[in-house]
Amino acid sequence: MSATTGKTIIDFRHDIAPIGSGLSGHASAVSSAFNNISAIGGVVVKELLRRKDFYVLFVLTAIITVVMGSVNFFNETKIVRYVKELCLLLIWVSSLVIAVTTAARQIPFERENRTLFPLLAKPVTRAQVVLGKFWGCWLAVGLALAVFYVFFLVLGATRDGEWPIAQTFQALTLHWFMLGVVIAMTVLGSLVFAAPSSNNTITFVFVLGILLMGRHLNKVALRLDEPSQTLLYSIYYVVPHLELYDVRDLLVHGWSSIPWLVWLGALAYAVVYAGLFLLGACVLFKRKSVN
Amino acid sequence: MILMTLEPILKIENLQVDYPSREMGQQTRHAVRGLNLSVFPGEVFGFLGPNGAGKTTTMNVLLGFVPPTSGDAFLFGVNVREPIARQRIGYLPELTYYYKFLTAEEILRFYARIFGLPRKVANERIDSILKLVELEHARTRPIRTYSKGMQQRVGLAQALINNPDLLILDEPTSGLDPIGRMKVREIIQRLKNEGKTVFFSSHELGEVETVCDRVAILGAGQVKAEGKVNELVQSYQCSTLEQVFLKILDFKLAA
Repeated sequence: MSATTGKTIIDFRHDIAPIGSGLSGHASAVSSAFNNISAIGGVVVKELLRRKDFYVLFVLTAIITVVMGSVNFFNETKIVRYVKELCLLLIWVSSLVIAVTTAARQIPFERENRTLFPLLAKPVTRAQVVLGKFWGCWLAVGLALAVFYVFFLVLGATRDGEWPIAQTFQALTLHWFMLGVVIAMTVLGSLVFAAPSSNNTITFVFVLGILLMGRHLNKVALRLDEPSQTLLYSIYYVVPHLELYDVRDLLVHGWSSIPWLVWLGALAYAVVYAGLFLLGACVLFKRKSVN
Repeated sequence: MILMTLEPILKIENLQVDYPSREMGQQTRHAVRGLNLSVFPGEVFGFLGPNGAGKTTTMNVLLGFVPPTSGDAFLFGVNVREPIARQRIGYLPELTYYYKFLTAEEILRFYARIFGLPRKVANERIDSILKLVELEHARTRPIRTYSKGMQQRVGLAQALINNPDLLILDEPTSGLDPIGRMKVREIIQRLKNEGKTVFFSSHELGEVETVCDRVAILGAGQVKAEGKVNELVQSYQCSTLEQVFLKILDFKLAA
């Protein structure tokens, strides 16, 4: 209570225990912040569970994969690879759709439906709202991904009898952290762009652009003249290389797992980018009028 | 527990709020000009004024939605710029804005968690508040299935979840039918009897006259009059608060 008049007249002990009571002031504030972020995130998870998006996408993925898996193409006996490839592609598309659309609507809908007012009238900071929204979206997408990958694992095992647990775990976590970057980017976009639809479109184009062309930008830059070369190189070094997280081949071809240190480095890389996007979102939201 | 002092629970000092004007040639619009106000523990304070007088802007400053251009506002002696200032308040917005996919119980549990209520306390509090606002029968139904009056009562319930010492109510009976209004009025009266401080804006002057200890009448961002209802009625030589209100704002009644 640094910014008080020095005449605080209320006893905050009251009949409720302030969050993290018993801890030091700083620890209590951190505990309270985590509590708020987690509570706001919980509402986002409930929202996703009560919408039809995830169920529709999961059922579609399952039906398409099962139907394609039951068809005999050119008497190919090793069709299981194609089925796996198709299933993973559908999982990537579905998860990207869930992540971007869920994250893009969070803050605009809070403002439009004015649910932000009762929320901000509580002891909650705007940064906690941004982080809570991110956490909820990321957690919800993580739950959805877990369901998708379990389906993939079971499907693969019924076809070729293999259980590549370590590889599936690496693919799932890398995928999840990549989506963390995408969600953070979308939350930032939701504070920059006027409508969720424009944010959805721009984020999809940007993410697909990186996934498809990210690894080739430096090669293209080499062939250009200045200043285009420097410009393209700058873009290459600045954009988050989401394509690094696409390890579908690992599962499709049954390769051995990635060295764990490399895996850990990739997760740290995602954390840094997600952190930067969230920092931008917090700063922007703090300056934005809620009226 | 409120420590009994004469310090105001809500204090506004020389508050000024300017908005960029949308009209050509004008740079800023003064929504609130040098507002000073104090509300003491246990009072029911009516914040009155015509549309555009600056009531909502003042409430928005108190709730931290809008930063003041100059001056300060304090809740329980804590500057409203600090989120902790809102730990002991309950706020009911003019219209109900809640997550429609949640049930009344879930929404109360969410806000209870924000206030850091232990689970056992939260459960007891939710039960008693839902009983108070007569929503026990609908506690597990999504809010989107509620009538307007029921939604307003969910609003009141969420404002009470932290057992606040100060309630800020923005036109709490707006859009309600006579029964809904009566129920809200009863709840305010009950809170008053429990010693809670209530700060509320309303256009229903009859209602204000019934429940308020003191009122402030705002006009063009400034306090035009402040005091006890009966004192204002006497000093302006009127018979009702409505007549005082019209007189202060220089409204000429048609002959």
